[in-house]
Amino acid sequence: MNFLPVYKKELRSYFTSPIAYMVMLFFLLMTGIFFMIIFNDFNQASMYAGSPYGGGQNLNITNHVVRPLLGNMTVIMLFVIPLVTMKLFAEERKSGTMELLLTYPLSDMAILLGKFFAALTLLLIMLGLTLVYTLFMAIHSSPESGTLISGYLGLVLTASAFTALGLFISSLTENQLIAAVATFSILLIFWVIQWLTPSEILSYVSINKHTENFIKGIIDTRDVVYYLSFTVLWMFMTLRVLESKKWRG
Amino acid sequence: MIELQQVNKYFGAVQVLNDISFAVNKGEIVGFLGPNGAGKTTTMRILNGFMPATSGKATVAGYEVDKAPLEVKRRIGYLPENVSLYNEMTVSEYLDFVARAKRLPRREVAGKVSRVCLQCGIDHVANRLIGPLSKGYKQRVGLAQAIINEPEVLIMDEPTTGLDPVQIIEIRELIRSFAGEHTIIISTHILQEVSAICRRVIIINDGRIVAEDSLANLTGDSTTGGSLMIRVAGDVTALRDKLDAMDGVVSIKQSTSEEPGASELIVAVEKDRDIRRAVAETVVGSGCGLLELRPIRLSLEDIFMQTITRNV
Repeated sequence: MNFLPVYKKELRSYFTSPIAYMVMLFFLLMTGIFFMIIFNDFNQASMYAGSPYGGGQNLNITNHVVRPLLGNMTVIMLFVIPLVTMKLFAEERKSGTMELLLTYPLSDMAILLGKFFAALTLLLIMLGLTLVYTLFMAIHSSPESGTLISGYLGLVLTASAFTALGLFISSLTENQLIAAVATFSILLIFWVIQWLTPSEILSYVSINKHTENFIKGIIDTRDVVYYLSFTVLWMFMTLRVLESKKWRG
Repeated sequence: MIELQQVNKYFGAVQVLNDISFAVNKGEIVGFLGPNGAGKTTTMRILNGFMPATSGKATVAGYEVDKAPLEVKRRIGYLPENVSLYNEMTVSEYLDFVARAKRLPRREVAGKVSRVCLQCGIDHVANRLIGPLSKGYKQRVGLAQAIINEPEVLIMDEPTTGLDPVQIIEIRELIRSFAGEHTIIISTHILQEVSAICRRVIIINDGRIVAEDSLANLTGDSTTGGSLMIRVAGDVTALRDKLDAMDGVVSIKQSTSEEPGASELIVAVEKDRDIRRAVAETVVGSGCGLLELRPIRLSLEDIFMQTITRNV
């Protein structure tokens, strides 16, 4: 599989344009604000904990900082990832570079994987930067490493699932704005769908349901399978779109 | 090298290619000529594997495009009509990407990149971003990406559109320099381009091939037959009668000359006969001053218009 040329090209294009920096800046700013607020609350609560007038039982940093922070990060990714994936196919279609790309000896799969892993790499770097918060907590307190590991695994799986959907939407349109808005809307629908009706199936389909376990510190194969199949499904759909565009001309 | 057999292509209900068949031999430069919307680009896109034909068979370098697209794509270079490149990359970064995408061995990439840069005259802009480059340079970068893998077959879609006259000549020179090692097919609606570069012409109109021959045969580039133009000074009535009586002359038309005091006679000659010497002797013998005598060749424009109108 010759996906490295496309992978390198996409990654370079992220980092030579402002996209990568804007996205990372936004993500770090938002998660940073949340971290500050949450950590501050925790700090206040722990100071009251010693007082006879109130305070918390079982006050610990994993429960009160790590978990809410991981939850917030997942939600912010919902906003950020459409911005990362929107250009992947739409831009090439619009500018016409797709024509040459498709005449190179690259299979559709190689092009798709190159783009997918480039976006995922950017997101991994972005998530990697948030480890600063973990470091901060580890210095001043003792968060559970198990929860952190499962939480970050959940974030990575979420990133790959969201990216796959974003790629699919981007392959459908020439317009980056439409790609971003549609990706965001569909992700949001997958997020809230379990609140629609208390149905077993809908709650299984909902993304939200599966992030919960990771945040709690539980790595359940069902959740892993859910994310992986979500990713594979949209990647497969994207391949079909690439093929069908060729036939339609 | 290139072969199309009964290729049809529909876009929805619209038929854009109708039973196209032709073959191009190794080392040939073939001009693919036709008005806008005749199906040139579609044919080229079928050849380069961008889109499949609705029916029929396309073979490039011994591989069927539908069955072994990657093998075909490794052996072709394609220059699209509107060369769209990655504007945020520098020329050498871009060519490096193309070389790797075309699966050149890693060791050779750097060497190949600098070679095509020299070949296409873009070595001094190699480290500049593609975006702000002029149209002429972008076209050359397009050409460079097409030839970087030293393809057996080069497919070029209107390689000189949007260039200024100097750039056009340069690009044509460049294309001509590829002759021999590469099999080249060039689409264009500019007729001089064909006469400047190609030895064989395929004329396509409304998705059909309407003429296919060597340039020499099409334009009647021969000493026999056709018409002669004679420009003479003096009274031409007597001369006309004499010429009319000559063996091999079909008809004579008189037209006024731009030159004052001179007249022009267009003499249509029987097919496959060379009567230039006899005509010259007759003119001189008649007492008129012979100012000019030359065979009239059909220009590519004439042939193009003829074949296209004949088929409408």
